Amino acid sequence: MTATLADVGIALGRVAFVMLFVLNLGGLMTWVERKQSAIMQDRIGANRASIFGFRIMGLLHPLADAIKMLTKEEFYPARADRVLFSLAPFVSVFFALVAFASIPFGDTLRVAGREVPLQALTFNVGILYVFAMLSLGVYGVMMAGWSSANNYALLGGQRAAALMITAEVAIGASIVGVVMVYGSLNMMDIVRAQGALLGGWLPKWGIVTQPLAFVLFLTAGIAATKRIPFDMPEGESEIIGYFVEYSGMKFGLFVMADFLETVVISGMTVSLFLGGWQIPYLEPAGFVFPWDATVALPGLAVSLLQVGAFVLKVVVMIWFLMLIRWTLPRFRYDQAMRLGWLGLFPLSIANIVLTGAALLLWGAR
Amino acid sequence: MKLVQRVYLREVFSGLGLTARHFFRNMGRHVAHALGRKDARGAVTVQYPEERRPYSPRLRSLHRLVRREDGSPRCVACMMCETVCPARCIYIVAAEHPNPEIEKVCREFTIDLGKCVFCGYCVEACPEDAIRMDTGILEFSSYSREGMIYTKEMLLALEPAGPDGRPGSPVPIPPDRTP
Repeated sequence: MTATLADVGIALGRVAFVMLFVLNLGGLMTWVERKQSAIMQDRIGANRASIFGFRIMGLLHPLADAIKMLTKEEFYPARADRVLFSLAPFVSVFFALVAFASIPFGDTLRVAGREVPLQALTFNVGILYVFAMLSLGVYGVMMAGWSSANNYALLGGQRAAALMITAEVAIGASIVGVVMVYGSLNMMDIVRAQGALLGGWLPKWGIVTQPLAFVLFLTAGIAATKRIPFDMPEGESEIIGYFVEYSGMKFGLFVMADFLETVVISGMTVSLFLGGWQIPYLEPAGFVFPWDATVALPGLAVSLLQVGAFVLKVVVMIWFLMLIRWTLPRFRYDQAMRLGWLGLFPLSIANIVLTGAALLLWGAR
Repeated sequence: MKLVQRVYLREVFSGLGLTARHFFRNMGRHVAHALGRKDARGAVTVQYPEERRPYSPRLRSLHRLVRREDGSPRCVACMMCETVCPARCIYIVAAEHPNPEIEKVCREFTIDLGKCVFCGYCVEACPEDAIRMDTGILEFSSYSREGMIYTKEMLLALEPAGPDGRPGSPVPIPPDRTP
């Protein structure tokens, strides 16, 4: 059974890649948030943290933040439920972290007679898994709101729960169209199916076949991350939110969870609507252009290109989500509810009907 | 409201277009700056302690006592500034001047900058042009109240600011603040 050890190694490597990818992106996002907002607003942004005089464009600020958070006092409110209070941030971060597991970052890699799916978890129901993890993440927020023994925290937790239900319903319903078009709940199959060409030249990405679902999913996805413009659970200007009573790294974990959820949402968007790891016209053997030109590439190079394309797409998507976060003002609580239940939800149902009718008419699959 | 406005999506995209335009314009300028085009500025930020905006010549900054040609203070201890000071932060002790043509001289001239409101009345009131607020020095914080008290010797040692408003003399560091 010598193969077992290699298998374990490969499995660990896959998990490690996804973990490190998500964690590092999440950590970097504190820097991206500061710098991108600064550049958008004609400012420079945080650039003062330095080691031996090296500032490297403020990249040390996340490090300084972490040190500050870790050395701060951990405060427990007098009447707080200490177990739930301590558990809540970890629940929040844990589910945000594991949600990325079933998102594929490359095509199945064939090395030395092995088939390695570039995906931490090969799942037949990958989409449902990501949803489950994203919605479970709200339990951490609700626990935080409940256990803090603070009315504002409780209001924040309640708002988070309401927002999450609103967003999840819209996300779930908008995804159904994608699942209908590609005929699978397996993320890998969905991404692979997006490599097909419509009419011989247009990549069959989700944004092409399901443009309405793309907008709905993105809106609901931003709501699921609980960030501006859907930051009612935090609502800095009215209730401070579910983490009022938190300090130190526990507070940092909640912030981190929001960033990780943003990474997950951009990973989802890329996988479902932007072709995942697909590069247009890149086949397993190399580029095959519609104008009858071909560029042969070795299998490993193709895999590297695909992983690179996936990472690039996710980063661009994160940039776009940041752009939205720093452009739009926040919705009021009732506005967000109205948008979710009277806007996104009926539209996504209509999208399902339209998709079904289109599939019936053209029989396309 | 019109339907276009109620859908809100068009407004979202026009807003995103505006911020994205700023982002790419500033990003391009930052890159150009890093590549050597030093006139390209991607931000309006002035990096304060290192970079300073030129001060207006009318700026009222830290006081100084004007010297005669022999280096003694021009102040004749007429007490005009002490009288006019609304914050009562000037303390003058007068003494006889060796020159019989000059009636008096200040033996002590102390300003408690912790009380000073920088109104400039002392400068306006002075008949001898002996006190001015043109040093261009604004950073003279201290950890203690005693550190904010400036004596005659300290005020005499200060020079006027240059034409661009830069301080002409080093910022006096109070004894309780080690650099």
